[in-house]
Amino acid sequence: MSLKNALCAVTALTLITTTGAFAETITIATVNNGDMIRMQGLTDDFTKKTGHDVEWVTLEENVLRQRVTQDIAAKGGQFDVLTIGMYETPIWAGNEWLVSLEDLPASYDADDILPAMRAGLSHDGSLYAAPFYGESSMIMYRTDLMEKAGLTMPDAPTWSDVEAAAKGMTDKDNEIYGICLRGKAGWGENMAFITTVANSFGARWFDENWKPQLDTPEWKEAVSFYNNLLTTYGPPGASTNGFNENLALFQQGKCGMWIDATVAASFVTNPDDSTVADKVGFALAPNKEGVDKRSNWLWAWALAIPAGTQKEAAAKQFIEWATSKDYIELVASKEGWANVPPGARTSLYQNPEYQKVPFAAMTLESINAANPDSPTVKPVPYVGIQYVAIPEWAGIGTAAGQEFSAMVAGQQTVDEALAKAQANTAEEMEAAGY
Amino acid sequence: MARSVTTRRKTVNTLAAWAIGLLIFFPILWTILTSFKTEAQAINDPPLFFFFDWTLENYAVVQERSNYMRYLWNSVIIAGGSTVLGLIIAVPAAWSMAFVPSKRTKDILMWMLSTKMLPAVGVLYPIYLVFIELGLLDTRVGLTIVLMLINLPIIVWMLYTYFKEIPGEILEAARMDGATLKEEILYILTPMAIPGIASTLLLNIILAWNEAFWTLNLTAAKAAPLTAFIASYSSPEGLFYAKLSAASTMAIAPILILGWFSQKQLVRGLTFGAVK
Repeated sequence: MSLKNALCAVTALTLITTTGAFAETITIATVNNGDMIRMQGLTDDFTKKTGHDVEWVTLEENVLRQRVTQDIAAKGGQFDVLTIGMYETPIWAGNEWLVSLEDLPASYDADDILPAMRAGLSHDGSLYAAPFYGESSMIMYRTDLMEKAGLTMPDAPTWSDVEAAAKGMTDKDNEIYGICLRGKAGWGENMAFITTVANSFGARWFDENWKPQLDTPEWKEAVSFYNNLLTTYGPPGASTNGFNENLALFQQGKCGMWIDATVAASFVTNPDDSTVADKVGFALAPNKEGVDKRSNWLWAWALAIPAGTQKEAAAKQFIEWATSKDYIELVASKEGWANVPPGARTSLYQNPEYQKVPFAAMTLESINAANPDSPTVKPVPYVGIQYVAIPEWAGIGTAAGQEFSAMVAGQQTVDEALAKAQANTAEEMEAAGY
Repeated sequence: MARSVTTRRKTVNTLAAWAIGLLIFFPILWTILTSFKTEAQAINDPPLFFFFDWTLENYAVVQERSNYMRYLWNSVIIAGGSTVLGLIIAVPAAWSMAFVPSKRTKDILMWMLSTKMLPAVGVLYPIYLVFIELGLLDTRVGLTIVLMLINLPIIVWMLYTYFKEIPGEILEAARMDGATLKEEILYILTPMAIPGIASTLLLNIILAWNEAFWTLNLTAAKAAPLTAFIASYSSPEGLFYAKLSAASTMAIAPILILGWFSQKQLVRGLTFGAVK
C-alpha cells in the first residue's frame, strides 16, 4: 500500500515538475509611464497565450537605471526582462550584458521596426533590444494664440520662426509665456534639449579625436540663443522646469509653445487633463537657417534580456508579445488608437485608423528626421543625438546640465557656463583614457 | 501682573508650537489632500486647498494596479522582524555595557556608532555580492538581517542610555537574593526599562519602515516593501502626482496610526532621564 502511495507521489511530482518547466514566472523591470502601465494591465493576454506568469518591478527611471545596472554588472539575476533606453543598449550590448534578439521568428517581422529605432537599439549590426515605444521631439503650439498674434507656424520652422512666434504669443500680464523649454539640470532633462539645439546650430560634443568642442563658436551661438529665448519669453523659474513641470504649464494654458517629446502630444490633446486639448498644433523641431540638421531627438524605451537569465525562452516570448503588431491591435481594441504605443513599427503608420490620430504624421516625420548614426553636421566618433553613447556621458551630461541650469537661473553667464562645462568634460574624458 | 505675563508667554509658546507643528506636518497634509484630487487638480495653479471635488479614484487605480497587501505584509515582517531581532541582541549587550563596563566599553560604543558614519552606498556592492552568494536577494530574511544590522547601533545606544539611569543596586539586590543572570535581565531590568524599550522598539520600527535605500536595492518583486510600492508611482515623464500621493498616503498610514496611538510612550521614552 505504502509502495503504491510512494509511486503515486513520484508520478504526481514528475508531472508537476514537467509542467512547471513550461510555465515560468518571469520578472520584468520597467518604468512608470502611461504605455508601460497599460501593458501591465494587459498581461493576462500574454499569460493566456503562453502560460507564463509575469511579475513587475516598476521604478522611477533613474532608480531603475541604477538598480538594473547594479544587478546586471554583479550578475544578480533578479530580472528576466529589462526596460532600457537607447542610451544604454549599445553600451550594454558591447559589454556582453544583453542577449541578441536577432533570432526572433519571421512572424515577428523585425524588418517592420522603424529604421531609426533599429539603428539606435543595435550594436555591431545586431538588434539587442526591441522597441516598445519610440519618440522624437517636436513643437507643440497653441493654434489660438498664434492666430491671435497673426502668425502661422510652418510645418518645418527655423529658430527665427520660433523666436518670432514666442515673441508674438507672450502675454506676461495674463501669465502666458511664449515658449516653455527644459531648464532642469540632468543629462536626460535639460541636456537632452540643449544638445539637440547645439546639433541644429552645427555644433558637436566631440571632434573625431574625442576632444570636447564646447569652446567653439557654434556652441556659444546655440547656448546663447537657448538662454535668451527661455529667459526672455519663458516662464519664471524656468531653470527648474523639466518635462513634467512644462507639461503642467502647457496643460493649464500658460505656454504658447513647447518643444519636447512627441509622446507629450497624447497628454496635451487629452481633454480630461488638458485645458487646451483642442487648440494644439504640431510642427517639426526647428533648425538654424542653412544648417542641415534639425533639433529633434530620438529615444525609445525598449525591452531587452540580460545575459545569464535562466528564463531566456520565456523572456523572448514576452518581448515578442509586447512589441508585436498583435499587441498594438490589442491596445487599440481596448483603449483606442490614440493610446497605442507609438514610434516603433512602420506598419502602424500605414494603418488608416492610426493616420486619423492628429499627431501621428508629425511623430513619424520627426522620428524619420533623426539619425543617431549621424547626429551632427560635422563628423563625430559617437552614436546618439541628444546624448553621447559612452558610459561617461551620464556624469559629463549631468555636470554640464548643472552649469546650464545655473545660467538660466541668472547665476552665471553663457561664457562661464560653457567654459566650466568644457573644462569638466575635458577632465572627465582624460581620466577615462580617451 | 505676573499671572498675565505667564498667560501671554503661554499663548506665544502655544502658537509657536502649533506653527512649527503645522509646518512640519504640512507636506504630509498636502500629500493626503493631493491624493483626493484628480491629476488636473493636483497641478492646478493656484493650488487647491480644501475646495475641490474630492475623489477616491486614485485609491481605486492604485488598488487595481498594485498588490498593496503584499507590500504591506513585507513591510510589517521586515520592520517588525528586524526590530525584534535587534532587541534580542541589544538588550544583553546594553546590559553588559551599562552594568559591567570594561575599560573598552566607551570605545566599543563609539566604534558601533562610527559604522553609521559611512554612507550606505559605500558598502552596497559588497553586500550585494554577499547576498547573491547566499541567495538572499529579494528575500524578507535578507532584508530583515540587513535592517537589523543597520539599526543595531542606535538600538544599543538608546538602551544603554536608559539602562544607565537604573540604579545598579537594585540588580545587585536581586543577585543577592539568588537571581540568575537571565532572571536578572528578564524579571528585574526589563520591567523597569519598559518605557525605554518601548520607545526604542517604536523608533526602530519607524526607521525600518521608512528605510528606502536597502529596501529598494536588495529587492525585486517578492520581498519589496511599501517603499518600493511608492517608488513604483514616481515618474519623470507623465503627471501622476495624485496617484503617487495616494500610494504615499497608503504607505504611511499604518505607521502614522501606530505613531499616533503610541505617542505617549514614544515621548516618555525619548525624554526618559532628561529630568532628574
